[in-house]
Amino acid sequence: MKMTRKEFLKLSGACLVVLSGGEAATVFEGADRNETRATSARRAAKQWAMLIDTAKCAKDKGCTNCIEACAGAHNIPSIPDSAHEVKWIWEERFENVFDSYQTQYMAEARKQQLTPVLCNHCDDPPCVRVCPTDATWKREDDGLVMMDWHRCIGCRYCMAACPYGSRSFNWIDPRPYIKHLNPDFPTRTKGVVEKCDFCAERLAKGRQPACVEACPEKALLFGDVKDQKSEIRQVLASANTLRRKPELGTGPNVYYDL
Amino acid sequence: MRDRIWIIAALIVFVGLVTYPAWRSLEARTTSRPPTLLLPKLEKECVAPTPYMRSSHMKLLLDWRDSVVRDGQRQYLAFNGKTYEMSLTGTCLKCHDKQAFCDRCHDYAGVPTPYCWDCHVDPKLAPMQSGPASTPRTVNPSPSVVIPSEARPDLIGARNLAPKVKTGRDSSAPTAPRNDKASGFLPDPQRSAP
Repeated sequence: MKMTRKEFLKLSGACLVVLSGGEAATVFEGADRNETRATSARRAAKQWAMLIDTAKCAKDKGCTNCIEACAGAHNIPSIPDSAHEVKWIWEERFENVFDSYQTQYMAEARKQQLTPVLCNHCDDPPCVRVCPTDATWKREDDGLVMMDWHRCIGCRYCMAACPYGSRSFNWIDPRPYIKHLNPDFPTRTKGVVEKCDFCAERLAKGRQPACVEACPEKALLFGDVKDQKSEIRQVLASANTLRRKPELGTGPNVYYDL
Repeated sequence: MRDRIWIIAALIVFVGLVTYPAWRSLEARTTSRPPTLLLPKLEKECVAPTPYMRSSHMKLLLDWRDSVVRDGQRQYLAFNGKTYEMSLTGTCLKCHDKQAFCDRCHDYAGVPTPYCWDCHVDPKLAPMQSGPASTPRTVNPSPSVVIPSEARPDLIGARNLAPKVKTGRDSSAPTAPRNDKASGFLPDPQRSAP
């Protein structure tokens, strides 16, 4: 059988399409999966969240029980040099926490009011997206943004990506700065990023985060926002709550009751 | 025969040099015998058979690490049917002493101390760092830098520790945290038994 040049080209073109079709389909499928990865987090079975009652918190001026409880539970160093500070939960002035909600007429005392801030365990965490080693990830079963300090290489991309400044870098060995070493929790080493993990180790044992337990005013409420019957959902249904920088689309899971 | 003295002197030096390692280890009181490790009194069996632990404890520890950190799975079903919590400090060090067990064998085998201990805390070391003894250690490594945490607690987020702890909150001991029942959390044992 004799084949013209035109027929040969037609046939080989058709063969190419058939052969590459499967490959192309997987590529497009993959792109689709990447797109839905963020939204799948929103459909997680469980999502731990925190509601901070700022009025209750302000009642007890100078109280830092939540910060101390956290530091004690997680071996967080208290480094006097602010350039080397490590923070999981800390206080910021209201005007800095909610800069877009303040007005020119707001009382100075209100602007200066200290508000606890911590990792927001976002629905679509930008820190997770940029981590080159998968050292931080969104846990699918309960929505925690976890960290694996064994795997962190200290590139600090996540710190650049986090719009809330929730992550700290260990510029120096933290051990000498830990007031009370807790043997039940590891310390970190120099060159590792760390942040609040909503006390994953306590949640595994059915206990609430250390800061929630330590608050004398019970200003911190912790629960699963995917569970309609949870107390946090009941409060969120009626209270006037804010989240930090929701316009960025990160879907923070720490709510503030003003 | 006039060289006899030199020959004998050289022989003495030679024998001395050849036997030097023996003298050296005699002086250092080392021995080639492997360390005899005390068996823990708490348990009769380890989480895996001894030969496996001897050859592959590092693999087991890495598996435990990945399982706890990455998968959130903290329970280990052992060969003997028992369940253990996968925890270096909580389970391994409950029986074994880091210095008397881990370090001695690592020293003997010439295997450097692994970096586990850069982060994981030997419970025996923990009390040494607690209390006032640790206070002098918290010094600013770069004294030329002004410490702003004292000067502007509003900005830094008042990290002044001990003096601000409120002791009065123990009065609320009998009342459990408010959402214990609603969300099924366990109560704080610190509160019920201060």
